[in-house]
Amino acid sequence: MKIIGKVHHMQEFFVALTSYSFLQHALVAGILASVAAGLVGTFVVVKRISLISGGIAHSILGGMGIAYYLGFSPTKGAVVSALVAAMIIGLVSLRARQHEDTVIGALWAVGMALGVLFISRTPGYNVDLMTFLFGNILLVSTEELILIGVLDGTIVLIMALFYKQFLAVSFDEQHARLRGMPVEFLYLLLLILIALTIVILIKIVGLILVIALLTLPPAIANHHASNLIHMMLLAVGLSLIFNAAGLVVSYQLDLPTGATIVLIAGAFYLLSLVSHRFDGPTRLRQSK
Amino acid sequence: MGKSIHEAVQMTNLSFSYAGAGGVPTLERVNLTVQTGEFLGLVGPNGGGKTTLLKLVLGLLLPDTGTVRVFGEPPGKARKQVGYVPQFADVDRSFPITVLDVVVMGRLGITRFLGNYQPSDYTAAQRAMEQVGVWELRKQRLGDLSEGQRQRVLIARALTSKPRLLVLDEPTASVDSTAEAAISSLLMRLQGSITILMVSHDIELLNSHSDRLVFVERHVLPIPKGQMLFTGRFRPREK
Repeated sequence: MKIIGKVHHMQEFFVALTSYSFLQHALVAGILASVAAGLVGTFVVVKRISLISGGIAHSILGGMGIAYYLGFSPTKGAVVSALVAAMIIGLVSLRARQHEDTVIGALWAVGMALGVLFISRTPGYNVDLMTFLFGNILLVSTEELILIGVLDGTIVLIMALFYKQFLAVSFDEQHARLRGMPVEFLYLLLLILIALTIVILIKIVGLILVIALLTLPPAIANHHASNLIHMMLLAVGLSLIFNAAGLVVSYQLDLPTGATIVLIAGAFYLLSLVSHRFDGPTRLRQSK
Repeated sequence: MGKSIHEAVQMTNLSFSYAGAGGVPTLERVNLTVQTGEFLGLVGPNGGGKTTLLKLVLGLLLPDTGTVRVFGEPPGKARKQVGYVPQFADVDRSFPITVLDVVVMGRLGITRFLGNYQPSDYTAAQRAMEQVGVWELRKQRLGDLSEGQRQRVLIARALTSKPRLLVLDEPTASVDSTAEAAISSLLMRLQGSITILMVSHDIELLNSHSDRLVFVERHVLPIPKGQMLFTGRFRPREK
């Protein structure tokens, strides 16, 4: 009976999907976000720069708040502030690594403070701050969907062109430098891709939870992939599953979608971690 | 045609000190010439400046005073002619990368900048892997290999660019005896065909392969041919 009930719920969701454009937008946004998150998140995980990504994500609220105050689209404000934050953190990281933590912390806090200030001073104050903080995939407009599509296309194109350089710099920066690769340029380009991906993900899960979607699917994929391409494809697939499952579950149970997506991803990460711990030693033994 | 360069490496009156070392030079008034095709072994105590010297040759560090030339050019310009094997296989074992992906990276700077590697890059990688004896490991994840296997993979990566100068920093440190024998046999095969600069604490390995040995401890001092090093106690006096 329970299974019949679940099938009925699923049918209900798919009927709603054909009827409501906001659900269709949500699904397309989820697919586009999964592609960007899987590709770029893989480098965040292997290069261990999730703190930098967190700094960029939180500083974005400043740009969104200012854009909203001035009457522009908050998403466009997010793009500008994400790129500015990425460049500041990137340059500090390259030129004065000892100050990296402090600068990330400052951008993180000042960005959020600016955002709260400008949003509170916006005439009418009818925007829901929670939407920026926790996202709302059900409120993606056609214009935003097009912008997300353009960002996604840009990310995929740059990733295809620079894949081997990103791999080389992430795996062995010194060797890449010796082979004449422009290591600093590639690092900044990678941070720009991360910034653009964060802008996309903020629509889905909000800036507080963005790091989860950027790191959990690639982290799970890393337990099972033999190379970086496999890891990326697996991360995209997992991200798709988590987004779609989160959308269905939150729709059925009337839960916040962003948080549901992240909790599903978190549960899978935990399972993968446990199974990998049991599986790992076996694989090492076999390789000897 | 430019003039023929017989010196693979030439250091002239070179001094180098690290920032924060209180002005104490790590290397001081170093004069060193390595001829093309020569195998030069570098020995010396830890912290004596051996790795620093290699990094100056690679252009990863710049001298405070004096000059370094590699095949007649500043190190930054000669990098494509140089293959480097780092001190030990200090790689992130959790990084998802296959042996083939690592070795083909040696083609960076030779292959086209944008897009993927070309078939000729994979052919060069295969040749280097067969030379070092790791071709059968090509599909394995690097983190699943033993220390010795990983070190041989890094040597293959260095050889993939067909370098004129091979720089090795402690290639046999922390490898088992089988891997050590494999590396030793590879060095024997390479000897004479390219210039080799090798730092090692393995005196036996250096004695069997190098044409010349120098002792590095702030200064670079020649070790006379025939001077026994098996005790590892050799400490020439500075003139």
